[in-house]
Amino acid sequence: MAAGLHISISAEPIANIGGLVVTNSIFTSLIVSTIIICLALIVKLKSKETSRPKGLQNVFEWIIESLEGLVTSVTNNRKKTKDFFPFIATFFLFIAFNNLFGLLPGMGTIGFIETPEGIRHAQLAPSQQNLETAKAQAAEINHNDSNNNAGEETHVTVDGEIVKEVNRHAENALEHNKENADHGAKFVPYFRAGTADLNTTLALGIISIVLTQYFGLKHLGLSYLKKYFNFSNPIMFFVGILELISEFAKIISFAFRLFGNVFAGEVLLAVISFLVGIILPMPFYGLEIFVGFIQALVFAMLSLVFFNMATQSHDNH
Amino acid sequence: MPENFAVAFVMGVGTIGPAIGIGLLVSKALEAIGRNPEAAGKIQTNMILGMAFAEAIAIYALVVALILKFV
Repeated sequence: MAAGLHISISAEPIANIGGLVVTNSIFTSLIVSTIIICLALIVKLKSKETSRPKGLQNVFEWIIESLEGLVTSVTNNRKKTKDFFPFIATFFLFIAFNNLFGLLPGMGTIGFIETPEGIRHAQLAPSQQNLETAKAQAAEINHNDSNNNAGEETHVTVDGEIVKEVNRHAENALEHNKENADHGAKFVPYFRAGTADLNTTLALGIISIVLTQYFGLKHLGLSYLKKYFNFSNPIMFFVGILELISEFAKIISFAFRLFGNVFAGEVLLAVISFLVGIILPMPFYGLEIFVGFIQALVFAMLSLVFFNMATQSHDNH
Repeated sequence: MPENFAVAFVMGVGTIGPAIGIGLLVSKALEAIGRNPEAAGKIQTNMILGMAFAEAIAIYALVVALILKFV
């Protein structure tokens, strides 16, 4: 594998708050959650009772209506729809936003470089720099030694300024990379798609399966447990054990499906942009947007089907 | 080197099943659309959903391959 390519299968810690390690994927999913909550609050405050919704309210009514239509098409039951809808919609929105957020520029490419001497902030990933362009820029730009205040300067709003700053960061990073090649310098990005971390997807899978049991118990009462513990005859007893194992298999399946798809997409994009910097990655970005939506839909749909199956009594059919 | 072979082997063997599965799915879906073009939208949605499930098997193999390669 190419030496400069930055691929890490697990999320990397970026901060430590009172013993609680904050990884870059937690950081990103907190940002995404904040965005979703803010959007929800804005829509809630601005929405009016009207037969002709406009703008943001219209968009959100459309999203909510289509998700509700999806839930109703599976459950065919008003009460169940009311029960399931909040969770299904949350799964879909959270996963879709996270997947799409991970495709924004700067995800996985802007971060800090950790060296034994200290940490340098706001650097570009070593693999994202083309050597020739970095050299050409190095010839143009004067060597000013303001390496240390780089963290503050990326917020400059004038376009030219940003480009200049970024160029200088690239150049600095390249120089430092050469210097530190044998010092064990390590690049850590600030952002990583929340769903590209196995912990997030495992948590989502566990939530989904625990909710399945909850809805089963709520709708069928204690007779739901007959699915797992049935002593009426040896065959049903054995089937119960298999059902119990299959619940755990579902968690693993949920977690790996989502993680695998999103992480594989990230690796694909990293490799393609490493090979050819421009034009060629574009169709792959299109593919990843599509995959991000489809995986969110698959997760929500599958949870919905499991919820629905758990609420159906086995004695009836 | 044996590690690289293992990675290639996992991907090669792991993608056979999903490839056949996706092929069957698409062929049947196209057949269904040919018979009943009005239902194209619904068939397409379900086909893509089924493809995502079949693809997940290949993704499991990919995860194993990536773990072998990078961990």
